[in-house]
Amino acid sequence: MTDSAILDAFFEECEDLLVALSDGLADMRDGKADNETVNAVFRSVHSIKGAAGAFSLEDLVSFAHIFETVLDEVRANKLAADDALLRVLQRAGDILADLVDAARDGLPADADQVDPVVTELQSFLGAESLVEEEFVFEALTLAFDDTPSSATYQVHFRPSREFYATGNDPALMIAALQELGRCTIHVQCADLPEQFADFHWEDGYLAWQVAVADQPNDLAIREVFQFVDDLCGLQITEDFDDQTVLGDKGFVSVAATETAEQPPAVASEADAETEDLAVAPTKVEKPAKRAASTLRVDPERIDRLINAVGELIINQSVISQRIDEAGLPNSAELHSDLDDYKLLAREIQEGVMAIRAQPVKPLFQRMLRIAREAADATGKDVNLVTEGDATEVDKIVVERLADPLTHMIRNAIDHGIEKPEDRASANKPATGTLRLTASQRSGSIVIEIIDDGAGLNRTRIREIAVSKGLISGEAQLTEQEIDHLLFAPGFSTATQVTNLSGRGVGMDVVKTAITALGGRIAISSITGQGTTFSITLPLTLAVMDGMIINVGGQTMVVPISSILETIRPTTADLSRIGLHSQLIRIRGEYVPIIDLAERLNMRPSSHAMTDRVLLLLQTEAVTQCALAVDDIFDQRQVVVKSMQGSYGEISGISGATILGDGKIALIIDPDAIASAPPSEMKLLIQTQREVTHAPT
Amino acid sequence: MHQHEDAKAAKQIEFVTLVAGGQSFCIEITQIREIRRWTPVTLLPHSPPYVLGVINLRGAVIPILDLAAKLGFQPIEPTERHVIIIIAIEERIVGLLVESVSEILGISSDMVRDTPRTQEDDSTRAINGIIPTGDDMIKILSLEALLPATLATAA
Repeated sequence: MTDSAILDAFFEECEDLLVALSDGLADMRDGKADNETVNAVFRSVHSIKGAAGAFSLEDLVSFAHIFETVLDEVRANKLAADDALLRVLQRAGDILADLVDAARDGLPADADQVDPVVTELQSFLGAESLVEEEFVFEALTLAFDDTPSSATYQVHFRPSREFYATGNDPALMIAALQELGRCTIHVQCADLPEQFADFHWEDGYLAWQVAVADQPNDLAIREVFQFVDDLCGLQITEDFDDQTVLGDKGFVSVAATETAEQPPAVASEADAETEDLAVAPTKVEKPAKRAASTLRVDPERIDRLINAVGELIINQSVISQRIDEAGLPNSAELHSDLDDYKLLAREIQEGVMAIRAQPVKPLFQRMLRIAREAADATGKDVNLVTEGDATEVDKIVVERLADPLTHMIRNAIDHGIEKPEDRASANKPATGTLRLTASQRSGSIVIEIIDDGAGLNRTRIREIAVSKGLISGEAQLTEQEIDHLLFAPGFSTATQVTNLSGRGVGMDVVKTAITALGGRIAISSITGQGTTFSITLPLTLAVMDGMIINVGGQTMVVPISSILETIRPTTADLSRIGLHSQLIRIRGEYVPIIDLAERLNMRPSSHAMTDRVLLLLQTEAVTQCALAVDDIFDQRQVVVKSMQGSYGEISGISGATILGDGKIALIIDPDAIASAPPSEMKLLIQTQREVTHAPT
Repeated sequence: MHQHEDAKAAKQIEFVTLVAGGQSFCIEITQIREIRRWTPVTLLPHSPPYVLGVINLRGAVIPILDLAAKLGFQPIEPTERHVIIIIAIEERIVGLLVESVSEILGISSDMVRDTPRTQEDDSTRAINGIIPTGDDMIKILSLEALLPATLATAA
């Protein structure tokens, strides 16, 4: 492994540790914590510090150290984990995550952010603890290129009951240590019960003290215990000949991998009954139970696999088409073989897609932080509750959801949830509740952001929309239509530009981001009770339901998600406007027609509309248009191929797919098509219609 | 062994020679993925005239350019006899329609001459050296110069 590969591994591990940290802190806040939770939180910070020290990441180490010191006090019940402390601990967790990010990007830490938290953390520590703050990190720095210096390490190893219960054998550990270097082994039997009747064979009474000589650092030793470190008490200390500093907390916390079960002080070694134990060197086997349950894979490899599987699916449909053409009798065995092939191909596809799936948990956890910050900034009391953390979505979807969700959480806290005093007068608990939920519903995932705030102020929204010229003063709008105005470009209800949500980006940006993911967003709001935003997203971006159409002799695909209905226009419904444009009247409203062939520069619009099929598109919540195409063939799942890598962006085209006959069909981007000539588009308020699909 | 390498101080390079717009060009063989017969393409909207469209190359969507038109010559009228050279630059794979592919030319790198300064046009900008042959010379195409970061924005 190269240095950078080790560093990468460190940062990956940090991610996991930060998740564990955040989980633990959340449990502590919710009062669900036990001793093990506090220990787990401590371990996370400690592990980050330990590894960061090896990489000389000074900022990270010094912050983690003070953080850890506070946690240690909590762990020792010297500090009560009250609300005030928990708040600081959570902020410290945020800062720690920032510092890890900064270290990864090679940037200096943001002192403005870090220092106040450090001060707060220190305020929880007595003067005595502060004195302890003397680091010996330099001595432990991993020197990759230098000749390693050697030291003797003292390993104190005390297996727990679980260690034995999971089929581990201390002899294997000791044998592994012996492979590392010269070992002096002492067994400590002080804990053996005096009465034989008290002896329970499944309890671990023995501990071992092993001195491992000639080790450049303690990493190799830790590796030996990697898979059992939470099943045993383990203490690894560097032996400085005359000045053994065992038991000194300041040192131990730097050098030792501490675990749930604190080993007894090694100082008891002298009066413990010790005897030399000769352990036959045995082959080390990794215990199966603790084996890694996840696999880190380069996303590019998965992309390649997904592509190949997409090909397999296309190839399968090519073969079925060929077989159909061959006109074999229905009884031919080939047909049943082909059915098996189809099933298998589908199964492989689903399996491969599942590899990309990721739980939304890390994303939701980021939102906890966003909510905390937003609540602090607005002086509101808000509790963010997440549900369905385990729901899995395509990794890309998870990544691209971060920005819209951040925006919506901030919005909900800034605009949705009332100030504590207002809440009190409305007979609501002073602390507002924001729920962030994820669930899977038949092929799509639904994410909801539900606040228990005041609900949308529709009068105000209407006024703003009129003042910004989005709607005319006379327009009669239903409540739902008014709510949808929030997504209109340039709309913002913030009367003042606040630091938080009035950054010139509005919900239209959220909407755009969601539609770019092939999803939709809806609002419902009850005055006085709160607002719910529901985002519906496809499970993966690689496959999409499309309507196969014909335009000017070319086959193209329109995403089903944006088609509301298909219409065969009659002359009576059509009317001309301006020089070139036409409108179609649908249930009393006029919707502009976009001729797809003309829009894509394929031919001038000359064909009579009555020969065409119109697809009523739902593009932006408040804009509708009818797309004129020549014919509709079919409706099916297509594998989406991006063209940006090899060609670049094409206006109106979002990608391409390969049809059963091997030909390429371009995929229409309805939003781009609809928004291309903005001057011709009118903002039409529409209620959402039931989707009727065309006959296939 | 060492002697052999010394002799190779001037590197041996292989080029595939081709004809586009009636002139001889060559492309370094390491940049070529494969050579295929012309197959009908799917047209792209809003594309510059030298972009013929896209084809399906074993599941990848590959843009096809008319090399002659890209170099500023008369566009090629593609027929069954025309050839597409699939090239790879970094991560991108692009097909070039040419009139014909002639041979593989192995030469020593010291035979490559700098492009003489001439009046600049689309075709001279895409040439980064010439190779003199018996009675003619062959121009080396610089694919990097020929194909900007994205083809669509280059339009």
